[in-house]
Amino acid sequence: MTDPSTEQLRPVAIGSDLERRDGFPKVTGTARYAYESEAASPAYCRLVQSTVARGRVDSVDTAAAEALDGVLLVRTAFDAESLETDDGELAVLQSREVAFRGQVVGMVVADTAEAALRGADLVEVAYSPAPHDVVLRTGRGDLYAPEKVNPSFETDTSDGDIDEAVATATAVLDRTYTTAMYHNNPLEPHATTAYWDGEALTVWDSTQGVHPTRAVLADLFGLDRERVRVVCPYVGGGFGSKGEPHVHVVLAAMAARAVPGRHVRLAFTRQQMFALAGYRTPTIQRMRLAADQSGRLAGIAIDVVEQTAKVKEFAEQTGVPTRMMYAAPHRSTTHRLAALDVPAPSWMRAPGECPGMFGPEVAMDELAEELGIDPVELRVRNEPEVDPESGLPWSSRNLVACLREGADRFGWADRDPRPGLREEDGWLVGTGVASSVYPVNRMADSTATIRREQGRYVVEIGAADLGTGTWTTLAQIAADALEVDVAEVTMRIGDTAYPIASVAGGSSGMTTWGSAVVNAARAFREKFGPEPPEDAEAQGSTEDNPATERFAMYAFGAQFAQARVNRDTGEVRVPRLLGVFAAGRIINPRTARSQLIGGMTMGLSMALHEQSVLDPRFGHVVNHDLAEYHIATCADVAEIEARWLEEHDPHVNPMGSKGIGEIGIVGTAAAVANAVHHATGVRVRNLPITLDKLLPALAG
Amino acid sequence: MRPFTLATATDAREAVRLVAGDPDAAFLAGGTNLVDHLKLGVATPGALVDVTRATSAEITDLEGGGLRVGAAVRNSDLAADRRVRERHPMLVRSLLGGASGQLRNMATVGGNPLQRTRCVYFQDVTTPCNKREPRSGCGARGGYTRYHAVLGASEHCLATHPSDLAVALAALDATVHVLGADGERSLPFTELHRLPGDEPERDTTLAHGELVTAIDLPALPPATRSTYRKVRDRASYAFALVSVAAAVELEDGEGWVREARIALGGVAHVPWRAHRAEAVLRGAEPTEETFLAAAEAELVDARPLDGLDGGNAFKVPLVTRTLVATLRELTQERES
Ligand SMILES: Cc1cc2nc3c(=O)[nH]c(=O)nc-3n(C[C@H](O)[C@H](O)[C@H](O)COP(=O)(O)OP(=O)(O)OC[C@H]3O[C@@H](n4cnc5c(N)ncnc54)[C@H](O)[C@@H]3O)c2cc1C
Ligand code: SF4
Repeated sequence: MTDPSTEQLRPVAIGSDLERRDGFPKVTGTARYAYESEAASPAYCRLVQSTVARGRVDSVDTAAAEALDGVLLVRTAFDAESLETDDGELAVLQSREVAFRGQVVGMVVADTAEAALRGADLVEVAYSPAPHDVVLRTGRGDLYAPEKVNPSFETDTSDGDIDEAVATATAVLDRTYTTAMYHNNPLEPHATTAYWDGEALTVWDSTQGVHPTRAVLADLFGLDRERVRVVCPYVGGGFGSKGEPHVHVVLAAMAARAVPGRHVRLAFTRQQMFALAGYRTPTIQRMRLAADQSGRLAGIAIDVVEQTAKVKEFAEQTGVPTRMMYAAPHRSTTHRLAALDVPAPSWMRAPGECPGMFGPEVAMDELAEELGIDPVELRVRNEPEVDPESGLPWSSRNLVACLREGADRFGWADRDPRPGLREEDGWLVGTGVASSVYPVNRMADSTATIRREQGRYVVEIGAADLGTGTWTTLAQIAADALEVDVAEVTMRIGDTAYPIASVAGGSSGMTTWGSAVVNAARAFREKFGPEPPEDAEAQGSTEDNPATERFAMYAFGAQFAQARVNRDTGEVRVPRLLGVFAAGRIINPRTARSQLIGGMTMGLSMALHEQSVLDPRFGHVVNHDLAEYHIATCADVAEIEARWLEEHDPHVNPMGSKGIGEIGIVGTAAAVANAVHHATGVRVRNLPITLDKLLPALAG
Repeated sequence: MRPFTLATATDAREAVRLVAGDPDAAFLAGGTNLVDHLKLGVATPGALVDVTRATSAEITDLEGGGLRVGAAVRNSDLAADRRVRERHPMLVRSLLGGASGQLRNMATVGGNPLQRTRCVYFQDVTTPCNKREPRSGCGARGGYTRYHAVLGASEHCLATHPSDLAVALAALDATVHVLGADGERSLPFTELHRLPGDEPERDTTLAHGELVTAIDLPALPPATRSTYRKVRDRASYAFALVSVAAAVELEDGEGWVREARIALGGVAHVPWRAHRAEAVLRGAEPTEETFLAAAEAELVDARPLDGLDGGNAFKVPLVTRTLVATLRELTQERES
């Protein structure tokens, strides 16, 4: 049975690999990003940041900065305008307290970017420093259970009796895994151009959600929403770090209000992105598995310790995938946080699932090895009939098919499970597998308008394209919903001038905005038939999907990796990655492939390279640039392949699609770690897998 | 960032006059290191003198098979030169293993060996650093030391020299030509850089205003095989954790070691010429035991550093393993 709200479209444009509509302006350089938006005589804002990790600003000397040619304005906590907020991150320049190193303690606005930078250097800040505490560890006495984990999951869950299951099982695994601190590094930094026209504010901001940003700004500045406009046609990457507004947009708006008539531009430097734009918390994951001789799990448990900031709580939902992944009757998950003198963590591609499928998927590999069961087979044996968490049937779950198809394509059948046996030209070679999962999310509050303009169908929705392909894919959905050629559809997105839309997050965009577009199209056709008059207009909104009460909805995948480890130096290379996904109907294979291999690349990067090095003595990330914070380069990515299965899921939405923006990163690091173990016999449980962790075990 | 003036010198003497006479002035070549430092506030010169037209951008033949490389030759042009490719595979590999294509197109042969350390505390003006600000303390000690020295460090500074090219030049016995206010001089490349001692602010033996005008590459005996092996945290676009530049000549191409030249990167404040290892190799049979003994001789004074994530103790075995592997490659696969 399907609901009217998910009545399926007949795919015509959907499923075709159309080129990106924004591709041409982007590659020809005509697409204007936030910092480049049109402005008659822009002014530039640069920031002064705290050099202590905790304490209080005693005094500031702004005289030298103010005396500098071209400087228009200096603002600090002593004279900044008051904002209305209890959000500790966004309450910038509202107090003299310093909560983390790198916090903004002042800003300088000038006629040129150079003068603003020089001015910021000249602001003298005197602090009363206080001792700071930035070290995450399991033994801390002040670990606490947050009320919920992101966004609103239970903090702890327990079914059955995990301790009993562990005590009585034939095979027990009890291991601790860690993931590092990671920073999103989109190519385009967080940037804003802001302008006030009397009591009306316009910001051109690099954001994953123009409407959510508008709501936050309106509240902060005490304005009606109608007085705030947020414009963002293009985003140079976000990965979650532009999902919630950070202080750049607030500061730009404050600065612009103080220099009336001027547009003010502000962009974080790369270094500032490591202090002011959110990050993924490091995680410590204690995993327990209890199984019988055949590998059937009786129990699975994860106890997560991670950090948040004193200035603002963010609790990553690392333990959540363990609740539903495998059929173990006894399950337990917990999250404990240390609140530290650090910047606030935030969203990074697949919060929860990404770190939370590292520990469990390496643990499954360890269990498979211990029991002498093939790791693909072990997962298949633990396939749950229904969602272990909710007891609901799956709207569709094709993990097993992904594993089987992947194994087939990867040549898994010939694999000798024994580790450390294969050597080619001085490189030890191995293969590994891990599962992927990501929920089908739907957000509230999205509306689309469809209008007939000059013989075309114009679709307006205040959605964002953070590089994922929204410009193109929404047009495909609109075309099929209207039953017209996609060339007849004009899209308008990325502006609060268009109807409300949710943030591009949780891989929910297609489900949420797509459903709104479909409803608008259906309303439009119902009202005006196949030959609508000029100016005909209809709206449609996303509704709750009643099927979510009856089904558990997830996308699944299987990741396969080959690793090579240099016998002499321990250097690790990954010559081959294969991901097979079951994610409902794929709207556009071209943009989908790009999302999936992009996610997998980020997962590879997490496995081998990425790590924000927080120096506890100073309290900040010291490798805060792209020369020192390593992200996989082209040379690190060799053969990378993403495939998907035909999957028909009539329950998720009218397109039959599930989100694909995040699942690609989930499980990749575990697959790589498992492959490294197969190559070398060394089990690296702490990411990243760097050569120093392998060297001691390599033969001399 | 401090405002500065920019002048373009059209000949070497003018460049030297402009900089030597002004303690606040600096040479600017490709700018790939210095401009970053201007933006970060690590360098604050009041005057920059562009020297890319003041020095030669040519590679010319010297008598006996040597080559003279003008200081303004871009790294990518040096790596592409047919003569260099034929005679110095080690040098070409060191160049191509460095930075990225775009950076190599800008970076010059004069500027590359004079780039400054990548020590993260040196590059962050909010942390102490004796090299950047004498007597402010060493931020790296007890901190993030993964990229720091295991040889020749001092209590004042633990930094490593980041250049790949410089390691090859040290192994090759290259010669540096310098023009200063008092005229020309030349020095062995191995005497260009200095250990930090109690003056870590000085990377080299050059005086302020001394301009590198050219670097000479001597000819090596034709039977010499050379290579450069760089070990790093990702496959490209990363500085060396450890690197080895090695040139080996065997008696009759397969017997005992007639001559060995070795330099190590990523281990010291200078491109580290491995004289002790060379001495062990010279006259010995090219066996695994010899190579190991050579590495051990070179590393007797190695002092790994404590620090975050276990410091840099892994570098000592890594140098040994990389050196042995490199020598094995140079002496055992003679057919290719
Ligand atoms: C992200 C990144 C990665 C990199 N990776 C590597 C790597 O892996 N390996 C590597 O070797 N390098 C690497 N580099 C560094 C790069 O190779 C150097 O910045 C470059 O070689 C410097 O040359 P330049 O001509 O640009 O020097 P500049 O930046 O112009 O100058 C550097 C210094 O030399 C001085 N100088 C320049 N020319 C002369 C001269 N003729 N006489 C006297 N003094 C002079 C300048 O005053 C300045 O102090 C990397 C750089 C970056 C930004
Ligand atoms: S190691 Fe040297 S460069 Fe680094 S902080 Fe210490 S003194 Fe400065």
